Amino acid sequence: MTASTPVLTMTGISKQFPGVKALDGVDFRLLPGEVHALMGENGAGKSTLIKVLTGVHDIDEGRIELDGARVAFTGPLAAQQAGISTVYQEVNLCTNLSVAENIFIGREPRDRWGRIRWKEVRRRAAGILARLDLDIDVTASLSAYSLAVQQLVAIARAIDVQAKVLILDEPTSSLDAGEVQQLFRVMRRLKDDGIAILFVSHFLDQIYEISDRMTILRNGRLVGEYLTKELPQVELVAKMIGQELAELERLHGTAKVFDRPLVEARELGRAGAIEPFTLTIHEGEVVGLAGLLGSGRTEIARLLFGADHASTGEIAIGGTPQPLRTPRAAMSHKIAFCSENRRSEGLIPDLTVRENLVLALQAARGWTRPLPRSRQDELVSRYVAALNIRPADPDQLIRNLSGGNQQKVLLARWLILEPRLLILDEPTRGIDVGAKAEIQRLVAELSGGGMAVLFISAELEEVLRLSHRVAVLRDRRLVAELDNDDRLTTESLMETIAGGGHPA
Amino acid sequence: MLVTAGLFAAMFVAGGVRYEGFATGQIVLNVFIDNGFLLVVAVGLTFVILTGGIDLSVGAVVALSTMVSASLLQAGWPWWAVIALVLAMGVVLGGGMGAIIHFFGIQPFIVTLAGMFLARGLCYTIGTDSIPITDPAFTAFAQTRIDLFADLWISPSVLIAVAVVLVAAYVLHYTRFGRAVYATGGSEQSALLMGLPVARTKITVYTVSGLCSALGGVLLAFYMLSGYGLHAVGMELDAIAAVVIGGTLLTGGSGYLLGTVLGVLVLGLIQTVISFEGTLSSWWTKIFIGALLLVFILLQRLMSRRGA
Repeated sequence: MTASTPVLTMTGISKQFPGVKALDGVDFRLLPGEVHALMGENGAGKSTLIKVLTGVHDIDEGRIELDGARVAFTGPLAAQQAGISTVYQEVNLCTNLSVAENIFIGREPRDRWGRIRWKEVRRRAAGILARLDLDIDVTASLSAYSLAVQQLVAIARAIDVQAKVLILDEPTSSLDAGEVQQLFRVMRRLKDDGIAILFVSHFLDQIYEISDRMTILRNGRLVGEYLTKELPQVELVAKMIGQELAELERLHGTAKVFDRPLVEARELGRAGAIEPFTLTIHEGEVVGLAGLLGSGRTEIARLLFGADHASTGEIAIGGTPQPLRTPRAAMSHKIAFCSENRRSEGLIPDLTVRENLVLALQAARGWTRPLPRSRQDELVSRYVAALNIRPADPDQLIRNLSGGNQQKVLLARWLILEPRLLILDEPTRGIDVGAKAEIQRLVAELSGGGMAVLFISAELEEVLRLSHRVAVLRDRRLVAELDNDDRLTTESLMETIAGGGHPA
Repeated sequence: MLVTAGLFAAMFVAGGVRYEGFATGQIVLNVFIDNGFLLVVAVGLTFVILTGGIDLSVGAVVALSTMVSASLLQAGWPWWAVIALVLAMGVVLGGGMGAIIHFFGIQPFIVTLAGMFLARGLCYTIGTDSIPITDPAFTAFAQTRIDLFADLWISPSVLIAVAVVLVAAYVLHYTRFGRAVYATGGSEQSALLMGLPVARTKITVYTVSGLCSALGGVLLAFYMLSGYGLHAVGMELDAIAAVVIGGTLLTGGSGYLLGTVLGVLVLGLIQTVISFEGTLSSWWTKIFIGALLLVFILLQRLMSRRGA
């Protein structure tokens, strides 16, 4: 592999955005037939590097060579035609069209009258999908298939254009473990065909499983290029965040006794969403919710927050039953909910950090009692400092912040309300290691101060590290409640999720 | 669309049972004859709605087309030049609106509303009264009966309308432009990232709608043999109703031209039933159309919810 010449070389790439140097003299190369991971924290310049490569942005300095010839693409389409295809985290296909059409639209085979040859389209689509080990009905509409299949269809579209370079930007963040394996099988096959794959992911395990080589960026600068097998995971993390990160230990050493129930769900359920469950959350306790995607984690959170109506059962807060019909009612009982969709259900990208921060407090006060500016400034500066939100500029627009910092703003918004129960749905998804550790530490501190936390995460290590107790969900049913002591490991937790209500 | 076809069949059968002389082929053909112009307009509008847009100017463009035709014919222009000019006018109006919608990023609702006022206003700058058409070519078009088998006949307008439907269906399903229309309606953002010419597609659909409206206007001029600023008042709403009843989603991306044809037939058949009934005021047509529209929107909503 080292013998072959790079298909793509980027030398001395610099890119200046207003106020920030996004890329500073970065070198990057891609060899044919390798999976090359691009690593770095949020804001390190990974997205910018991909965007200058595919022509979304111009470069200020440096040169890009494809197959030895200097190139400068005017846009993603031009890059695609030159053989560089990109598949983004959000699947950018049209779900109202058929699978075959999504692969070929814009370049359908036509006869000489300009008429689309549908038979040919379907035949070739089936052929490409077979190459990816995907046996689905190409005439069915794309909306009939799961996100994972849609992701593979997007890849099929990308490789049909005789791709030499395939860029996969966080393709795995919404896939479950089996789907990730399917994607990896496809990636290995493409690699064997000599395609160079640039892979971006926040999941270190996946990086180590699939990639051959990695390039690490930090603050827009190149840290270095390494062979994956020669770089231990701890060193990788250290290089990404630029300092030795203390090993993230289980944050709760000793099992505490919780005897003051805060929120009790009794036979609470919602038809079609979650089977009736009984769950008690005590003051100062962190309860983790573990389960696969779609197992009912978010549904429980929404019921407890009053965002959905329960069809059976009741919720008691501090011992007295309370009908939580709306999020407002839940908020009045000091329950706060950080949604997993921070873009669509949480932040308002065109408002500033300050405005986003005080939003929930203002809503709780009502619009007739505006929060004085001096109080706003005081709150904002306190939480920006406490949560280490960067940049520490309250008048910066939220859209300009990295994912991790956006998440911190969202957290701060609810913390201002001083909730008694904080529900966190996937608070660390898609954010970098440093911010992740900070958020985890914060959760531990809050629960130490007496706040109850319901913590939902797909990462079992994280659930184990933080929770006092873990509730396990499978197929929209609460199957087990496990005390988090020394006997509980990720393996036994995984078995519970997979197998039944009996921990090993 | 199956629901629409079923509805049409049911209405036809019910009418046949209830009224003597209803269940004949000629009744269906008459619906075509009386609504050929609406069909052409609705076809153009189907393109726009498939991209997720809307065109409110179609009725006004129809009226303007009749007015321009009548006044130019009165001024002694030859009929073919008149038709060519009117069609060109429709293309320019539609294309202009499409370009404004795309390049300035304005809601199609607002832009075509402005276009509607413009076209309707232009009618009255030409004249406030109805202008009769006496041109022999136009009257010949209006009065020619094309005999089919067994006493059935159609007008030349029907042939034109059917031709428009066939061409449009071919374009939608067998050309890249047609598929780009569906893709744009499905997700404009994705269509853009997949490298489709979204700008060209959006402008073209409004141009098609403008062209179809102008052609619809010419057909209406054949049918009415006059040009008048008050022709086709509210026709944009009839056309939208026909498209929606035909099963095309107002949010774009889903629907068929055949559905639109059935939608127009259902609307026409409602009129026929009410005239057969005799005792009901013709305004009952509007009530039925309104009720139907509501039912169909609710149906769409239910189906898409179940699909999700």
